[in-house]
Parts: sequence; structure tokens; C-alpha cells
Amino acid sequence: MNGNIKSITDPRLSLDILSQDDVQRLHTATLEIIEKTGVRFPSKSALEIWEAHGATVDHDSMIVKAPGHLIEEALKKAPPAYDLAARSPEQDLPLDGNHVFVGTDGCGVEVMDLYTGQRRRSRLQDVGEIARVADYLPEVGFHWVAVSAQDYPPESRGLHELLAIWQNSTKHVQTESVYSIAEAKAAVEMATAVAGSREALRKRPVLSIMQCTAPPLGQDGGSIDAALIAAEAGLPTGFMTMASCASTGPVTLAGNLAVGNAEVISALALIQLAYPGAPVFYAAAQTAMDLRTGAYTGGGPEDFLFGAATNVLADFYNVPLSMGSFATGAKEPNWQAGIDNSMSTFMASIAMSDMLLGVGLLHGSRIWSYEQMLMDCEIFDMVRQVMAGIVVDEASLALDVIGKVGPGGNFLAQKHTRRHMRQLWLPKYMDRRPYNVWEEQGDGARDWANAEARRILETHQPEPLDAGLAAELKRMIKSVETAVPA
Amino acid sequence: MNETLFEAMKQSIIDGEAEDAERLANQAVAEGVDPLEAINKGFVLGLDDVGEQFGCGEMFLPDLVLAAEAMKTAVAILEPELAKKGTAREILGTVVMGTVEGDIHDIGKTLVATMLSASGFKVYDLGVNVAIGAFAEKAREVGADIVGVSSLLTTTMVRQRFVIEALDDMGLRPQVKVMVGGAPVTRDWVAEIGADGYSEDAIGAVAVAKRLVGK
Ligand code: B1M
Repeated sequence: MNGNIKSITDPRLSLDILSQDDVQRLHTATLEIIEKTGVRFPSKSALEIWEAHGATVDHDSMIVKAPGHLIEEALKKAPPAYDLAARSPEQDLPLDGNHVFVGTDGCGVEVMDLYTGQRRRSRLQDVGEIARVADYLPEVGFHWVAVSAQDYPPESRGLHELLAIWQNSTKHVQTESVYSIAEAKAAVEMATAVAGSREALRKRPVLSIMQCTAPPLGQDGGSIDAALIAAEAGLPTGFMTMASCASTGPVTLAGNLAVGNAEVISALALIQLAYPGAPVFYAAAQTAMDLRTGAYTGGGPEDFLFGAATNVLADFYNVPLSMGSFATGAKEPNWQAGIDNSMSTFMASIAMSDMLLGVGLLHGSRIWSYEQMLMDCEIFDMVRQVMAGIVVDEASLALDVIGKVGPGGNFLAQKHTRRHMRQLWLPKYMDRRPYNVWEEQGDGARDWANAEARRILETHQPEPLDAGLAAELKRMIKSVETAVPA
Repeated sequence: MNETLFEAMKQSIIDGEAEDAERLANQAVAEGVDPLEAINKGFVLGLDDVGEQFGCGEMFLPDLVLAAEAMKTAVAILEPELAKKGTAREILGTVVMGTVEGDIHDIGKTLVATMLSASGFKVYDLGVNVAIGAFAEKAREVGADIVGVSSLLTTTMVRQRFVIEALDDMGLRPQVKVMVGGAPVTRDWVAEIGADGYSEDAIGAVAVAKRLVGK
């Protein structure tokens, strides 16, 4: 148990998406890419680390070419399992290969206002409110910074966002919006204060950090520097590739997997070379470019296949995986959102991705919707039930009750039925009412999800952050703000 | 007499074969074909055809980008010939564009740049992570009609305003128009920073750019 957090565990379903040979070929191809074509690391510290370990570094192009054995040896040092710690320890999340946890999606830029229904620019208050709702929902295991606090200064925005989440939830926080040295240092300091000490933070990292790679075959300098700072402090650090078929990656799926893999494992290897044994994770949200608009689709069969295949790669390297699922390209909670988010979540779950990112955003991770968030939670709950599979044993075969009822009759009045009926899945938002009731009421999933979100927001009181600690965190943020000349 | 050559030129663009386009452009130069005719009666027709096929969903973005690349190759060979004759290809306007400092999102900006150049604009693509001052300096250097600033991050979107201020400081406004775009950019933001236009996609960006240069 992880508090009341729901996860997928002990799955009874599995999928063979890549054979051992396929994985080996992808791995060899990846090493060949890193060794012959190289990966761009536009960070002075990163280039120094690579050079010190014998990789070939071109300081002008900032391209690193590393031999396969260097990458393989480095990756072996990565821990295969560890916990993401929560402010309240019973909500710690074991990333042990036998759990799938869901987070909120992150970095949205607009919010569909819960009360007016209007779309507007996101602000700090939204970050806190979304965190409060997520704190309540058992399907949400951890937070990403769901939307950006655009009413706060860019240089410290990521820190205000962290504080807002800690003030509204006891669950683990993973940020994808800290990507500069100054912010990363301050974020580590803040996490240290929350955990109690540097040592405590190392043991129970209440914060983890996710960075994007820069496909094709590149890294972002600020992100790499920030990740190195986080890894030094023992914060779990992950790199996500978003290589898209036809634009930032080859159009063919295998080639796209190889390019993304080269980006991610080269970054993870760098972290291991710098801080051997530091907790790291593989992250991916690959997709296919839309051929007509160039858009990042955030859905479709290619995404679903990537969702399952990537976990095979992460397993091969024996590190946890954070997989992009949900994150539909739909503009509102609708048919498209339902298909995208169900299929992607199912495929990433059947492969037992450790973290799924995440619930709540529409329009390719741009617009926050509380309704979508709650319906996404329902999708996860359904997938979770499916993953539990079919148990065949004496009790579930129910031979004696079958004998008792015999041909004809029904099972309604059986004690066996009452004993097991709560194993059947019940929806919160699917409409199973009679037709005429639906016709008369004229409401549906979106209305119910909206009402539930309002209820949670208006009534749920998360365990507050100690006032002294909150003041200290605010001071830390201030110091970053005053260090930056206006 | 040049009809077959023009037809081959058109086809090279439709096929998106830069090497063919290059060979045919060189052939035109060697045979003394009027370079402006080669462009307007040959290559451009190919681009029009691709545009039409894209419009009705028969061709896709990669077709468009390949065609634009082939076109660029041909024009690069023919332009010096035009200059020798003291003429120039008619262009709709000159655009300087890039993704702003601190931001490495590339694809959207590149698509917009490609579509603009395929539509007859002269485009200087400064790449990603472009310093504020570099937009204004380049605009002055090449006499730009439009400066295009792409930002995909809320943290870098604020710098679109700084680009406008830099253009102001150099006395280039309001003659030089500013067009912005990217995931977080909304109509309200455009009004707030006093930009002249924005678009949510590359096709729309062409229409906006045309409007800004009065075409
Ligand atoms: C001048 O006139 C004009 C006119 C129109 C213009 C225009 C200019 N510019 C664009 N347009 C318009 O026309 C274009 C063509 O139709 C369109 O361009 P777009 O770029 O919108 O569309 C492209 C054709 C396809 N779209 C894209 O390529 C962007 C898609 C999303 C998913 C995206 C991607 C792919 C990437 N990303 Co980034 N990324 C997201 C994006 C979410 C989204 N759905 O937009 C966004 C923008 N990213 C985000 C983030 C946070 C980040 N990303 C990062 C990195 C990346 C990748 C490198 C992995 C990759 C880009 C790869 C590349 N080589 O370009 C990091 C940034 C690093 C940096 N310093 O820049 C990082 C900070 C993550 C991290 N922690 O490392 C979010 C920003 C949110 C915010 N609150 O600021 C984000 C909304 C996704 C999310 N919710 O997390 C229009 O906007």
C-alpha cells in the first residue's frame, strides 16, 4: 500500500512487442549512433566529464562520440529500483518494476476555468489548486507542475511552482520546469529543507527532476546542467525524448526508437559517469508528426506502440521508465481524448511503465482541464482493473453456486455474489442510466467531473506545510530573485 | 523550344529532387536561358502544383519541404545570373526569423520559414536560441520588412516583447512589422506586447505575412 494511492501491481496481462533480437538490434544500433554520429551536449561541465572518461569531444560543435563500452559500463551503475519519497512517508512510491503510478501532466500554458469554462492564461493559483485536487485523488500518485505560473518572474517561476505544490499536497513532486543552474541549486536547497537535511533528502528524495533531450541527437545545455546539480544531491533524474517520426526523428518507428534511445541513454550515462549510482530514469514521449500540419500529435497508433516498446528498452537497461501517456491532442474532453488516453495508457501499462505522465492536459499538453483530469483518472482505474486480469481458482470458478442455481434462475440472491460483487468495476463518469433519464437530465460525464472537481477543491484540506518551513522556502526563492539583475 | 526544359524544371520541384533542380538550373545558365523565365515558367509552376496538391490533401508536409529545398537550390544558382542582368526575382518581402533566446524548439519556426520562402518571401532563418539584439541587427542589415519571433515556452515568450523594444530602440519600428508565434502565444498576448500579427500554424503565418507587407 502507498497510502490510498492506486497503482497497477502484480499484472496478469503481458505483451510481446519486441523480441530479444529486436531489442539487441536496437541497442547495437543505438551504440553505433552514439559512437559514430555522436550526441550534442551544449554544456561545459558535461563536455569535461565526457572528455575525462575518454569520449571524443568536439568543443566547437559540442558533439560527443562515446564508445559503446563506456556507455554500457556507465549504465550498469544505475540503480534498478528506488523510491520516490513523499512528504508523508506512507505515500512513497516504489519504482521497482512491479508498480505503475500516474502523475499529472505538466507545464500547461492555459486553463479551462473550472467555474467559467473559459480558457485563460495559467497562473500560480492554478498550480496550487490543481495540486490540491491531485492530492485528494487516489489515482494520482505524484505531481508534475501541471501548469506554468505565468504571473511570476521567469527566473524563479519554477520555484514558486514547487512551493505551491508542497503547500497543497503531501505527495511526491517531480518537476519538468527547472532547467537552469540557479533554479536547480535553489530547488535542491528547498527540497533539502523539506526533507530535513542533505542526508535525509538522499534517503528520501521528496523531489525528482525530469528534463527533455533535444531531438534529434541533442541535449539542452541548461537542462543538462540542472540535471547534474540534482543528481549530485541524490534526486532521481530522468531524461525524456520526444523524437517525432518525420520531423525530429526518422519516419520509421524503429529508427525513431534508436534516435530517442541514443539521446536518453547518453544522458543517463553522463549522470552515472559524474555520480555513479545516482538514481536515474528513462523517460519518453515519442510520437509521429502529423503529416498535414506538422503538429506533435500526442496520440495515434505510433504513440501507443512507442508506449509499450520503450519499456522494453528501459527494462533492458534496468532503470525505471516514465512514459508519456494520456496527453491527447484533442481540444476538449471528447471522443478523441477518450481513445488517445485509453489506448496510450493501456499500452504503457501492459508493459509496466513505472510512471505514466499524465492526467489533465488537452491540445498536446497545452490546456489544463479538470474534467479531463478526472476522466483520465477513470481511464486509469479501468486499465488497472483490466491489468488485474482473470483469476481462476476455486472461489472464482464458483462451481458450488453454479450447481445451486442450475439451468435458468439467476445469481442475484447468492451470498457468493454479494461477497464478490465489489470486485466488479463501477464507473464514476460513464453514463449507464436509462435513455429517458439521460434525455430528461441532459447532463453527462463532463458535468459530473466538473462538479466533483469543484467539490474536492472546495472541501479537501491537505495537510499543511509547516509555517516556518514555508517561510524558509520563500526566503530561498527570494534569494534567487534578488541575485538576478532586473 | 525551352518548353521541355521548363517542364522538367517544374517536375523536379514536384518530385522534390534538389539534384535534378540543380542540374536543370545549371543547364539553363549554360544554354543562356533567361533566368527569370526559368524561375517563373519552370520552377515556380512546380511549387504551385505542390501547393495545390498539399491543399487538397494529396501531398504532405515532407513533400512541401522537399519541394521548397529543391526550389532554393535552383534559385541560388539563378539569382547571381539575374543580378548580372541587373534584374531580380520579385519577392513579397524580406523576413528575419528565429526562435528566441533560451528556447530551442525548432520545428514550428522552421516550418513557418519554409512556407514563407516557398510563398515568395526572402527569409533569413537565424535558427534557435537567438539573442534579442541579433533579430534587430539582422533586420537592419538586410532591410527586413518583417521580423518573426517564435517562442514555445512561457518563460521565453516574454522575450518577444524585448525584441519589439530592441527594434524600437534602433528606430526600426513601426516600418518593420513583428510577427510572433508558438505554443503559448495567444491573441491577447499579441495585443499586450503590440506585435503586428500572429498565427497558430505555418499556412496561417503566410497569410499574416502577406497582409503585413500589403500583398
Ligand atoms: C514568427 O511567426 C510565427 C508564426 C507562427 C508560428 C511561429 C512563428 N512559431 C510557431 N508558429 C506556429 O506555426 C508552427 C507551424 O504550424 C507551429 O509551431 P509549433 O512549434 O507549435 O508546432 C510544431 C510544428 C510542432 N510542435 C512542436 O514541435 C512542439 C511540441 C511540444 C510537445 C514540444 C517538443 C516537441 C519539444 N520540447 Co517542449 N515541447 C512542447 C510542445 C507542446 C505542444 N504541443 O506544442 C512545449 C512547448 N515544451 C515545453 C517544455 C516545458 C519544454 N520543452 C523542451 C524541449 C522540447 C524538445 C527539445 C524535446 C522538443 C522540441 C524538439 C525540436 N527539435 O524542436 C524543454 C525546453 C528547453 C529549451 N530551453 O527550449 C522544456 C522546458 C522541458 C524540459 N524541462 O526540458 C512546454 C512549455 C510549457 C511552458 N509552460 O512553457 C510544452 C508546451 C510542452 C509541455 N506542456 O510540457 C505554430 O505554433
